[in-house]
Amino acid sequence: MKKLLTGNEAIARGAYEAGITVAAAYPGTPSTEILENIAPYEEIYAEWAPNEKVALEVAGGASIAGARALAAMKHVGVNVAADPLMTLAYTGVNGGLVLVTADDPGMHSSQNEQDNRYYAKFGKMALLEPSDSQEAKDLVAEAMKISEEFDVVVILRVTTRICHSKTLVEFKDRQEVAMKPYVKQANKYIATPANAKVLHGTLEERLKRLEEYSNNSPLNYIEWNDKKIGVVASGVGFQYAREVFGEGASYLKLGMTNPLPKQKIREFAAQVETIYVVEEGEPYLEEALKVMGIDCIGKDKLPLVGELNPDIVERAFMGTEREVFTTDIKLPNRPPVLCPGCPHRGLYYVLGRQKNAIVTTDIGCYTLGSAPPLNAGDTCICMGASITAGHGMYKAFEHNKTEGKKIFSVIGDSTFFHSGVTGLMDVVYNKGNSIVIIADNRITGMTGHQENPGTGKTLKGEPTVEIDVAKVCKGLGVDKVIEVNPLNLEEMEAAIKEAASTDETMVIVTKWPCALLKDQVKAKGYCRIDEEKCKMCKACLKVGCPAIFNIEGKIQIDETMCNGCGLCAQVCRFDAIEKVGE
Amino acid sequence: MMAKEIKNILMVGVGGQGTILASKVLSNGLVNAGYDVKMSEVHGMAQRGGSVTTQVRYGEKVYSPIIGKGQADIIVAFERMEALRMIQYLKKGGVLVVNDHVIPPMTVLTGAEEYPEGIIEELSSKAKTIVFKAAEVAREIGNPKTQNIVLLGALIKAIGLEDLDWDTAIEAEVKPQFVAINKKALQKGMELAS
Repeated sequence: MKKLLTGNEAIARGAYEAGITVAAAYPGTPSTEILENIAPYEEIYAEWAPNEKVALEVAGGASIAGARALAAMKHVGVNVAADPLMTLAYTGVNGGLVLVTADDPGMHSSQNEQDNRYYAKFGKMALLEPSDSQEAKDLVAEAMKISEEFDVVVILRVTTRICHSKTLVEFKDRQEVAMKPYVKQANKYIATPANAKVLHGTLEERLKRLEEYSNNSPLNYIEWNDKKIGVVASGVGFQYAREVFGEGASYLKLGMTNPLPKQKIREFAAQVETIYVVEEGEPYLEEALKVMGIDCIGKDKLPLVGELNPDIVERAFMGTEREVFTTDIKLPNRPPVLCPGCPHRGLYYVLGRQKNAIVTTDIGCYTLGSAPPLNAGDTCICMGASITAGHGMYKAFEHNKTEGKKIFSVIGDSTFFHSGVTGLMDVVYNKGNSIVIIADNRITGMTGHQENPGTGKTLKGEPTVEIDVAKVCKGLGVDKVIEVNPLNLEEMEAAIKEAASTDETMVIVTKWPCALLKDQVKAKGYCRIDEEKCKMCKACLKVGCPAIFNIEGKIQIDETMCNGCGLCAQVCRFDAIEKVGE
Repeated sequence: MMAKEIKNILMVGVGGQGTILASKVLSNGLVNAGYDVKMSEVHGMAQRGGSVTTQVRYGEKVYSPIIGKGQADIIVAFERMEALRMIQYLKKGGVLVVNDHVIPPMTVLTGAEEYPEGIIEELSSKAKTIVFKAAEVAREIGNPKTQNIVLLGALIKAIGLEDLDWDTAIEAEVKPQFVAINKKALQKGMELAS
């Protein structure tokens, strides 16, 4: 029977079928659901690692021990994991090792749209690109086979539309794979210069043999139709091309894109008149063809920015434009916002009102506090950079004797564990003065509620040690660590006031659970406007809560959206907001 | 019996409105009927109160998981303004199913922009538009949370899929205690689009 699965669900099923027994990841859109769907399989040990580097090292260790292993992460997560990745490429594997990179062209939920196919070329690894969920599942087993046969790391590269599109998948039974024996091999697994020199040499040999495999692999196949146009495509780009050109073109569909099947590409190129390369992101395939001396058209016509779709492909190569409905009505934007009852709102409401402050933020829901009307945020670069970039700004102001502002660095609990700890260590060690605010909402929020080292539960739902954020900070040498409830404005304001006047490193932990956590959603009542008391001063609108509306000349609270956090009631000077239904 | 032609459905709403269940029931029914189906969703940051779309394509053989502009046979909008935002995706002669419900975006709440007037009139001037207040309909039949299935019912009728086995699809996707009410909601939605 066929089932409709997202690419991520299919990869999880693929891990099960391929006999993988160890999987690790750090959550990140669009990759998160891979490990979430692996977790229920008793046959696979699966964990949320504190960050992607750790996840890949865990999977790498499992591979060395002899197990089939998988690590999954979003595209920018591979940057974090790049250090072990580049050397695991040299050492090779024992049990099969696959790294799933989920790229986000179009930046649905990311800070950049880097094309991670280059990592495979850069680091000298095999690269597989599925075009739908069936392939995503099957390529996990293929990755295991290639990894073990050629002693290489395999990168399985998916994109948002593969991860989050559901397509039909046929299941297979699990292939039980025994652990390979672990044999101590210092010359393979100890990457000292002397060993690495040899390993690099053998890696080049392994890749040469792998190119032969790529030429003969059914993952790279030709569909012959009309030969005037020949399309070379991989990933979801193939689907768009197949949709647009139909049987009016021939296709070289590439499922294995490093090493490229050069011989097969030449065979295809020799028989078609014009070659179009349809790929999302960078001209990865196009450049390779051009280096081979094959004339082709790709990014001259297709955009480098954003994700592709059938419209863009059609317009680029056919020049046709479909007639569409338009409207003259100007539509307001609908940007994402902090949820009603979000504990970050109290923090940002107070931070946004600080006159002489710079707020460096980080990756998570709380980045949204930089949007109007809260407007509290100056920078957001990558996981962990709130603390370190804030420290850098402080040192630049201090060293250059420039009149600086007070720096507040905001980072979430999961992000702090991911890569904030070393940053805070730097602040303490190098005598910084920025204020670090750890927005501890007791969960990894933005990606949809994953456990982390501070939640007391593992990915498998087992109880575990709950690592205490405040204790970690104290352990790092911060003397002044205070915990506040960010939805209590008095507490929050007092903490920020204290921080603004201190000369030492200080950490404020704003500790309150995410409003979407089940315990928080239940029966906390909601707020209501007393219309007789309301003076329409609109102070409550400044908290930026999506449950408070100013329509038809009066302030209203949507009781179905409100979760009764009471922040709006605290800013009301006329006592016009009451809490009911508790 | 199955048409070769690919049909395209676009659902649009605001993060948190729960378009997911409706699209699950829909795709379950389509898969059981033997169609090739592809469905695309948006996750992550955009879900936090942003504009979210789900796209479903079905037919004998589907390639692209996403719909091009001017290609949707039907658009189901869980929020009034989002229907107009997506109108460029509607095929000439396509149908709109619109939940007459307003969720002001933050840009409107802060006073930076205004929620536009005359949306239903604008939509109706372009395409066949089926409009109703889904939450009220759902409340009448006993549970306002079934509004998504009311909207799904209208979609099913409007695109001509009413003969598929929706009971089984609902049973597969909905908790046992909510099966009866959701079947009722689907029926009610179909009636509204008749």
